[in-house]
Amino acid sequence: MTHIKYLVAAVMLAGANIAGAEDGAAILQGQCASCHNLTGPAPATLQELWNRKGPDLFYAGLKYKAAWMEVWLQKPERIRPAGMFYPDHVKSDAEGGDEIDDSTLVAHPALPAPEAKAVTAALMELKGKAELVTAGAYTPGTLSRSSGEMLFDKFKGCLACHEIEPGYGGLSGPEVYTAGQRLQEDWLASYLRDPHAWDPKVFMPNKHINETDTRKFIDYFHLLSEEGAK
Amino acid sequence: MKVLKVIVAELCVASLLLAWSMAASAAEKAADNYHTYCAQCHGVKGNGKGVNVRDMSVQPRNHTDSKEMSARSDDDIYKVIKEGGVAINKSVLMPPWGDVFSDEEIHGLVTYLRELCQCSYGK
Ligand code: HEC
Ligand code: HEC
Ligand code: HEC
Repeated sequence: MTHIKYLVAAVMLAGANIAGAEDGAAILQGQCASCHNLTGPAPATLQELWNRKGPDLFYAGLKYKAAWMEVWLQKPERIRPAGMFYPDHVKSDAEGGDEIDDSTLVAHPALPAPEAKAVTAALMELKGKAELVTAGAYTPGTLSRSSGEMLFDKFKGCLACHEIEPGYGGLSGPEVYTAGQRLQEDWLASYLRDPHAWDPKVFMPNKHINETDTRKFIDYFHLLSEEGAK
Repeated sequence: MKVLKVIVAELCVASLLLAWSMAASAAEKAADNYHTYCAQCHGVKGNGKGVNVRDMSVQPRNHTDSKEMSARSDDDIYKVIKEGGVAINKSVLMPPWGDVFSDEEIHGLVTYLRELCQCSYGK
């Protein structure tokens, strides 16, 4: 099994045409690779960060929940209110402040159901940087919404860049009220510990979140997602 | 044959990692760092009105305000960038950036902020 993964990696790194291997992989190469990095590495310079057109997917199989992805690909909705890189999508308001210029944000391509399924299966095979994830790192706990929000806002200042409900919170980072549905818990634990190990130039700070708070954040994301689903 | 491909893959990964570590250590220009990391809160113009400020309980400093900015020493500015607002008894909403920048890049940002405010400590 590991060998198969290495083979896939070798073929992809060599840039060979693997379209015949699997439908999903062929769609990825043909329709998605122009915006999404499927092989790594993540941007290592600001220039590369600015040029990034979509989220890196070379560790998609570690990061995303397959059930969410299959549905989202058929009916994609915006996750990053200000796009991939906010300066590309802001304009000046009347008082000289920055606001999002919605006209610059384009809708994501949607896939028919069978293709979404095939693509999801192919993306789940991509497990770059697997050494950063510890399986079972997250164990569920209980948390009230108010203590989660205290942690997210007052104590750690995350609200400055992330929305915790539509229309409330910061706009430069992805909304977190859907993070519980979208993202795998063990990946979240790893990312919160050290975002730059995944994405060296990302404009999220490393706040040195300890294990207890990491678990609380993930519990909190679950709470937010459950409320959103109602 | 399989084994060979594994080795090839490993070599590819190793060289990518090497390229990554070399590129990551190069210093970026202070203005570029500012417009990537700081403008989300402090604004594209540095006026404290970034795209994130709507729901922030403490508003980001206006970096073009020479009166406010001259009240801080270069050492304090260096410290607040590296360790975040709490390091100088300011808001947790000002994040720590020590994991993103080299010390040299932080010094560059201090110089850049002095250009933005057209001021120095005390004047
Ligand atoms: C024109 C560029 C572009 C193309 C082509 C494109 N994407 Fe995307 N993709 C994006 C952007 C930008 C986002 C971020 C959307 C957001 O945050 O709202 C994204 C987000 C995603 C996400 C969610 C990941 C995340 O972290 O938010 C998945 C999954 C995805 N794309 C898969 C695909 C697949 C599969 C294809 C090919 C069928 C594809 N994309 C084609 C630009 C593109
Ligand atoms: C200065 C802005 C900023 C702050 C403060 C910040 N983040 Fe982020 N965060 C980001 C950006 C930018 C990304 C990555 C965007 C991308 O992948 O395109 C991100 C990504 C994330 C993700 C992954 C989301 C996803 O959908 O892929 C999580 C979870 C997250 N942050 C949680 C937190 C937590 C918890 C805190 C507080 C400890 C925090 N963030 C503080 C900007 C910020
Ligand atoms: C998540 C939003 C956010 C980001 C991103 C951010 N800041 Fe701040 N910053 C703030 C806030 C809020 C304050 C005001 C803190 C206070 O007054 O308690 C502040 C204050 C400051 C101060 C003034 C401290 C003082 O009171 O003298 C400096 C200097 C500063 N920031 C520099 C930077 C630099 C440089 C960057 C980019 C590397 C940056 N900030 C990124 C939110 C942010």
